[in-house]
Amino acid sequence: MLEIKNLHVQLEEEEKQILKGIDLKVETGKVHAIMGPNGSGKSTTSYVLSGRDGYEVTEGEAILDGQSILDLEPEERAAAGLFLAFQYPVEIPGVGNMTFLRTAVNAQRKARGQDELSAGDFLKEVRAKAKTLKIDADMLKRPVNVGFSGGEKKRNEILQMAMLEPKMCILDETDSGLDVDAMKLVAEGVNALRDGERSFLVITHYQRLLDYIKPDVVHILYDGRIVKTGGPELALEVEKNGYADIIAEVA
Amino acid sequence: MAAFLDAKTNDRLTALGTPAAVGWSEDARLDAVTRLRTTGLPDRRDEYWKYTRPDAFTAPAATAAAAAEFEGFAGVDALTITFVDGVFDADASDDFALEGIEIERLATSDVDIHWAKDLYGVLETNGQTPVSRPLAALNTAYATDGLIIRVTGEVSKPISVVYLQKSDASDAILHHVVKVDAGASATILEAGPVAARANTVMEIDIADNATFNHLRLQGRDHEQATLTHTFTRLGNESAFKSFTLTANGTLTRNEAIIEMNGDDASAHVAGAALGDGGDFNHDDTVFVTHDALNGESRQVFKKVLRNGATGIFQGKILVKEGAQKTDGYQISQSLLLDDDAQFYAKPELEIYADDVACSHGSTTGAIDDHALYYLRSRGVPKAQAEDMLVLSFLAEAVDEIADEDLQDFILGKLETWLADR
Ligand SMILES: Nc1ncnc2c1ncn2[C@@H]1O[C@H](COP(=O)(O)OP(=O)(O)O)[C@@H](O)[C@H]1O
Ligand SMILES: [Mg+2]
Repeated sequence: MLEIKNLHVQLEEEEKQILKGIDLKVETGKVHAIMGPNGSGKSTTSYVLSGRDGYEVTEGEAILDGQSILDLEPEERAAAGLFLAFQYPVEIPGVGNMTFLRTAVNAQRKARGQDELSAGDFLKEVRAKAKTLKIDADMLKRPVNVGFSGGEKKRNEILQMAMLEPKMCILDETDSGLDVDAMKLVAEGVNALRDGERSFLVITHYQRLLDYIKPDVVHILYDGRIVKTGGPELALEVEKNGYADIIAEVA
Repeated sequence: MAAFLDAKTNDRLTALGTPAAVGWSEDARLDAVTRLRTTGLPDRRDEYWKYTRPDAFTAPAATAAAAAEFEGFAGVDALTITFVDGVFDADASDDFALEGIEIERLATSDVDIHWAKDLYGVLETNGQTPVSRPLAALNTAYATDGLIIRVTGEVSKPISVVYLQKSDASDAILHHVVKVDAGASATILEAGPVAARANTVMEIDIADNATFNHLRLQGRDHEQATLTHTFTRLGNESAFKSFTLTANGTLTRNEAIIEMNGDDASAHVAGAALGDGGDFNHDDTVFVTHDALNGESRQVFKKVLRNGATGIFQGKILVKEGAQKTDGYQISQSLLLDDDAQFYAKPELEIYADDVACSHGSTTGAIDDHALYYLRSRGVPKAQAEDMLVLSFLAEAVDEIADEDLQDFILGKLETWLADR
């Protein structure tokens, strides 16, 4: 589904190399996790994949479902089926959450040559999906992420994901700042979207999210490189011994 | 006095001639001429006209401007009154009959004794200190028509004043007087290009416990030069809200002068302007005077400027001695969509009471790249995402519209204007 080949990235503003050759292949329907200490380049990977400005790809490529995506606009990548749940969802005052969702859903449908969803159908779908994520009518009406708690923001990201039905979901530290109950709720939301077709790249610093979203493959990212890849047991190893041992191993 | 009259003022007054003698307003008109001859018309050296050139308003004749179409508040249930090139159009107007409100025309109100005599030119005169506004005095002296409105009860629907333009050379001077009796409430909508050149004044007197809402649409794609003044006086526990949406066009200056005369009164003036192009010049000039206890005032002005458009905000809160517990707020912000656009802000506070809470702020910024990326990452195309962020930026001003349906109407208008820019 998503193949990252030898990805090298540096900042546009200064010559600082952040990603130093990442290779990764997420097969259709699989869940891969990227773990790593702070500053190792996890968020940068997700930003570069989704098309944020400020990064320069100096080498390598990323292929989504057979299509090279690194030259596409962010909205084109989204229409191609990529979704990033942000580590820090952005507040947009004055734009209702519902309006935002509907605009996004219809923009993607339009880009794919589908008809817009009718107001009624859209409403029905949003309500049903919001309910399972315990997002109430008030949260749907309020401006996007404004005044939302940390947990509400993350749930709202998952709601967007559920509505947009991407092929490839990247979740950046979706567990950060959440208590266990909130995390379970988010994980349930994610698991509900696992249908054997959809692929996931779950970025996390801690292992605990992976107790709830069970990964098929775990990668350890350190200093812009994937230094180790393994099964779910790798996450447990990190949990027990921290990153120091693994890093020492490769150093 | 005449000896000191500058050439520009002299030319303009000569072109206008002697004010028409129309009944009860004659004294006020003659007084206004006298005042005008004393102050003279403003020029570029005038501090109050530092950012906007007054020449178009002071010139003897209007500069031609292609007649602009306008749809106004179409679809809003209202009592509609239409002026074409500043001339009343009976065929395009509803009957003036509506419960809780009495409406007549300035041009046909020629009795000698009228309640409006206590207001016509009176609030305007009060508004001449500490800053003189000669073009408002000119309006008082030479207005050819306008509406004399008395609100006596709760009016069930808005009065919608539509200003159409047919002639490229039209030059309109309109003067409205609105008196809202104690406990009464009304909403007035104004929309349309008015004329190639327009000078309009609205004097509003809001009695105790009364409410008055004012909503205005200016634009779009017009070449007109528009100068408006609203002079508002508020009584005890009264409320006033005014919102203006302006799009494109060349020259617009909206002055709002507010006197908080009664205790516990509340006045909100807000505006959203969309400027596109180097000939766009939009100026909001506001002066709020607190002269009573526990008054609350808000000024919220937002401008979105691109392709060399210019935005200006001059806003002042004056809190007089004894006006304790005043809560004054003022914000003026611009969103510059490119490097050519410019915004000038002159926020001022002048406070002579010790127990007040006043704040003001002014910012100039660009589209938030991170927010733009967030929206685009959800599949919203760049242009549409930018429009969403423009709406987001304007939201605080639009929020100031009292009525939710009218708020939605304005939002809808904004969305269409942005989408087919
Ligand atoms: N825009 C930027 N400007 C400066 N440094 C950056 C920028 N983006 C990322 N970095 C740096 O790149 C490294 C990786 O950051 P990041 O991808 O956020 O790591 P992680 O998500 O793994 O904590 C860090 O050293 C960070 O400071
Ligand atoms: Mg990160």
